[in-house]
Amino acid sequence: MMVQVRFFAALRERAGRDAIQIDLPEGVSTVAQLVDWLAETDVALAQALEATPRRMVAINEVLGNEDSVVEAGDVVALFPPVTGG
Amino acid sequence: MKTHIEVREGGLSASEPDLWLRDQGRSGAVVMFSGQVRDEQGKVEALHLEHYPGMTESVLGTIVEQACSRWHLNGAWVAHRVGTIQAGEDIVQVAVSSAHRQAAFEACAFIMDLLKTRAPFWKKELIDGCWIWVEARESDDQAAASWLQDATGRAPR
Repeated sequence: MMVQVRFFAALRERAGRDAIQIDLPEGVSTVAQLVDWLAETDVALAQALEATPRRMVAINEVLGNEDSVVEAGDVVALFPPVTGG
Repeated sequence: MKTHIEVREGGLSASEPDLWLRDQGRSGAVVMFSGQVRDEQGKVEALHLEHYPGMTESVLGTIVEQACSRWHLNGAWVAHRVGTIQAGEDIVQVAVSSAHRQAAFEACAFIMDLLKTRAPFWKKELIDGCWIWVEARESDDQAAASWLQDATGRAPR
């Protein structure tokens, strides 16, 4: 299934890109599984994720967590803890 | 109840929310918080703020809705800057109006505490010519969590 993954802030800089379109294999259905799959399939992303161990996630612009379910067409955003205000 | 939620690149002026919240005597209290860029003893020259357009406005809207369900508010204004901001300038404004001060004080603190831990903004500091990402603080998480833990046991005022 196709999903878009977006990166923000320090994770975006470390990943060297702000968004990717990916075709997830069957069996990858949660945020945690998606992150593991990204790290397994892309060395640069693996390094960026490892360098950013504290992360938040949003699915379709709503905050989620690593157990959140990812569905076809979703926009999954990964980013460091927010620091506004 | 009226709400104003805004993300902008330009400067913030304290008179804007003050004028916008005036309601010809309906409210007895206006509480406004202004967050300003600290220079940390001259170390920090400027901040740069990035956000997630669309999600930011939606999260801020949800936080304001939560505040409205807990306190009787007449108006709520949230404005946050993005882009480059110099030390001493305002970075965020949260202002609320209510019939009585207690609701206004508490709702303003609630909105600010949740904004710090939920709204997708990230800041870098300019120190000695280098931009450095600011790390999130655990104390901010605790401040937000303290509002949510007592959510069931309290009647809105």
